[in-house]
Amino acid sequence: MSLSSPAVQPAAGPGARRSSAGLLQAWLPKLVLAPSIAISLFFVYGFMLWTFILSLTSSRMLPSYEFVGFAQYARLMVNDRWWVASTNLVVFGGLFVAICLALGLVLAILLDQRIRQEGALRTLYLYPMALSFIVTGVVWKWLLNPGLGIQAMVRSWGFESFRFDWIIDPDMAVYTLVIAAVWQASGFVMALFLAGLRGIDDSILKAAQLDGASLPRIYWRVVIPCLRPVVFSAVMILSHIAIKSFDLVVALTNGGPGYASDLPATFMYAHAFTRAQIGLGSASAMLMLGGVLAILIPYLYSELRSRRHG
Amino acid sequence: MDNVIRRRTFGARIARFSLYAVLIVAALFYLLPLAVMLITSVKPMAEITPGTLLSLPQDPTLAPWVKAWGEACTGMRCEGVGVYFFNSIAIVVPAVLISTTIGALNGYALTKWRFKGSELLFALMLFGCFIPFQVVLLPMAQTLGWLGLSSSRAGLILVHVIFGIAFTTLFFRNFYVAVPTELISAAKLDGAGFFRIFWRILLPVSAPIIVVSVIWQFTQIWNDFLFGVAFSAHDTQPVTVALNNLVNTSTGAREYNVDMAAAMIAALPTLVVYVLAGKYFVRGLTAGSVKG
Amino acid sequence: MRTNMPTSLFRKSLLGLTVAAAMSAAHAQTAEVEVLHWWTSGGEARAANVLKELMEAEGYGWEDFAVAGGGGETAMTVLKSRAMSGNPPSAAQIKGPEIQEWGELGLLGSLEEVAMAEGWDDLLPAVVSDVMKHDGEYVAVPVNVHRVNWLWANPEVLDEAGVEMPTTLDELFAAGEAIREAGYIPLAHGGQAWQDATVFESVLLATGGTEFYQQALVELDEEALGSEQMVEALETFKRLRELMDEDMSGRDWNIATSMVINGDAGMQLMGDWAKGEFTAAGLTAGEDYLCAAAPGTQEAFTFNIDSLAMFRVEGEEQEAQHALARLVLEPTFQETFNLAKGSIPARPDLDMSEFDQCAQQSLEDFQRTAEAGGLVPSMAHGMAVRADVQGAIFDVVTNYFNSRDMAAEEAARRMVNAAQAAL
Repeated sequence: MSLSSPAVQPAAGPGARRSSAGLLQAWLPKLVLAPSIAISLFFVYGFMLWTFILSLTSSRMLPSYEFVGFAQYARLMVNDRWWVASTNLVVFGGLFVAICLALGLVLAILLDQRIRQEGALRTLYLYPMALSFIVTGVVWKWLLNPGLGIQAMVRSWGFESFRFDWIIDPDMAVYTLVIAAVWQASGFVMALFLAGLRGIDDSILKAAQLDGASLPRIYWRVVIPCLRPVVFSAVMILSHIAIKSFDLVVALTNGGPGYASDLPATFMYAHAFTRAQIGLGSASAMLMLGGVLAILIPYLYSELRSRRHG
Repeated sequence: MDNVIRRRTFGARIARFSLYAVLIVAALFYLLPLAVMLITSVKPMAEITPGTLLSLPQDPTLAPWVKAWGEACTGMRCEGVGVYFFNSIAIVVPAVLISTTIGALNGYALTKWRFKGSELLFALMLFGCFIPFQVVLLPMAQTLGWLGLSSSRAGLILVHVIFGIAFTTLFFRNFYVAVPTELISAAKLDGAGFFRIFWRILLPVSAPIIVVSVIWQFTQIWNDFLFGVAFSAHDTQPVTVALNNLVNTSTGAREYNVDMAAAMIAALPTLVVYVLAGKYFVRGLTAGSVKG
Repeated sequence: MRTNMPTSLFRKSLLGLTVAAAMSAAHAQTAEVEVLHWWTSGGEARAANVLKELMEAEGYGWEDFAVAGGGGETAMTVLKSRAMSGNPPSAAQIKGPEIQEWGELGLLGSLEEVAMAEGWDDLLPAVVSDVMKHDGEYVAVPVNVHRVNWLWANPEVLDEAGVEMPTTLDELFAAGEAIREAGYIPLAHGGQAWQDATVFESVLLATGGTEFYQQALVELDEEALGSEQMVEALETFKRLRELMDEDMSGRDWNIATSMVINGDAGMQLMGDWAKGEFTAAGLTAGEDYLCAAAPGTQEAFTFNIDSLAMFRVEGEEQEAQHALARLVLEPTFQETFNLAKGSIPARPDLDMSEFDQCAQQSLEDFQRTAEAGGLVPSMAHGMAVRADVQGAIFDVVTNYFNSRDMAAEEAARRMVNAAQAAL
């Protein structure tokens, strides 16, 4: 984008001045956008390129530029922990997005039935989004710890055989992450759906009712399809939370037991920062970004295309 | 939507009752961690024993709060988290204002002054939402060094603005798409300029989305730990860093009540914002991203 | 500064001290050092405060940059980001082979001036000074020497179970059973990778001996890593799990120590920083709590040396930095810090009468093993191998320890891979 062109225009005579002012007006929107575009080119794409370059080097504690080709990727492919982390992201991300959408939708529909104290309930559902896991990590660790938290509490009520010890079980630890993440984000999804429900035109519903359709059927056939744009927004927001999930893991399990609940973000961090393997860490970051793109681009494309006419 | 369940039959009453039951059970699930934090933060240490997370304090005390605010040790300094609380405010306020302003102008330019490729530029910027922050830590550090902003408050604010504008632009763009263009076309014909149209026509209707953007950015930046710990100097660390130090600074028996009180203090501003402005948040989302 | 240096070389520290004080008073602004560290647990923070006070007494400022959490993981992240931005702190808590890595990057400043003036070469044991030097020049200053292979116990719990302090692994298992029957948790432990590794290296030392330890965990000899001895060590290590409680996941080490202090648990395998917690709780060694070499490792000493590495700085900051380096090794700080932290001074010439019996035994064992050949660097604490190899071994150890069905042979095989992959 040539930023200097409006200023370079010679301003001679009244007619020319007007046209240069007009030209400035035409360029202003682009001028306003330019810094943000430049920032995102440099700080997002530039940094991604930099990360890609590092992933081709043997960088250890700090970046170096000794190139080794795709050796870091090859090492990643034979790294057991990386596969555990990737599988966990699929399991965690899938469950997290699905449960948040389902729970959010159900709560929103229920809350839309002219409930007393709707405002209070809505706030209760929504507030976890305000808190980070830096803040709630300690309390979540307590709740999930079998000797201190929910298990101990239920047992003290007299249910001696009650078990809730997922956090110490290598096969189940990743599901505790799902619980906490759903707790945090599902209220927000509920708010999105609620907003969507309120935006639906009443006449559509009236028409469906006049046709004699049952309530569940109206929701299934009429209401939920109207919420498609909300699902789009929600999936975008949830998937970015899932991919970025880092504080959550550090606060709850720190990847344990063993590394059973590791996620790519924590894998990348551990290798790039703690283990002086910036090359390997960068390679894992690139694969993460590649994964994001593979999911997002087709989705974004189809959604933006179909909505452009709206 | 109003008269979905209206018939007052017996079945409807049962449905109504179970409706409330489900909603209340859900509310309890969401409330549990906060309740435990709050209850623990006003208990004396003696009352904190395994399995009694939800028992109400026999002898409630505010001492843990006082200690967390002004006396607890965060590393070698024993000044509590109070000082850091104000550090956070000094970072959050400018970062939120700047990123929201930029987002509003971007959203306006992208929707009301469309040009060839503007949609593509938007998609390009959107990707910034998805970049994990751990990835940008080192290049960001180097860039801040070049700019002479390493370990400074200005540098940290800049970082938050940079990684916030993707979101704020998204919010405002989706909101302004729904604002009718006829008025703007008319104003353009009258010779009104870019900023004048923004100021006179768009800004007055933007309140709901400004609320959304401010709440979102405020929460994100206030809760940030990674950038805060990596890019701040020893005397400008935000409250999340202090909280982490406090929770990990312990002698023998850990003072869980002080930990929880400190966590509550760190959480309070975002909680207050959500409780007070939650209604407008939902309303803003209705007006904005949903209609897209 | 430079003109004063040759004369101050020959002065005794007291005189040097007044000179330094006079010089700093002459400056309008006090010279400051920024110190990045993770001494945030109670005993450690108090101990580090001593150094801060000493600096301030000489007229220098101390900017405290404490970053808690995860055995310094977060602090290292901060350090890397500071180094990338070209603005590293004056001093940072870095140790072991990592000092060499920072040195290779050319970021550390030489402390030769101070070292010559203070005669560090004569003061420090070779094992210690080797770690502090890069390219033959001092770039870091040792704060203490920790022994990692310790067993801590609550005597009341042992009495109640009717057992003595175990000296072999067999005795440990037997004692553990008795303690469990008496209604206590036999072994307090926190399920974090570094704690798993800490216990593992002590077990390996007991089952395999120091020579095997050296081959496997220091030299990364593939034959040793995949050997029968390794399988035996891994199996014994896994058996220890039976002595631990099921809530250990993610527990911090000092919480585990407090379980021993409170009498919930009988014993803990942990380095001597645990003593800082016992001391902070007001307990006396030998009476309120017991210490002994980890069972089966009486003839060995796994060391872990904390140190402050000095970054390349200039002018006033360098002056303050050098003062810091000097003060760290002076008796006042060495004594107070190590009394609080549980370790032994990095210089062995100090009067140990103030120290408790655990520390005295530690120093004695340090000197004995240094001669007899049982002095080995701790793998779990980053003294033996580079961070990447260490991380790869941690992965294997912690994964095996927490897995229900992984065979020890499989873990040994992965150990070989870990050493290979990291090279």
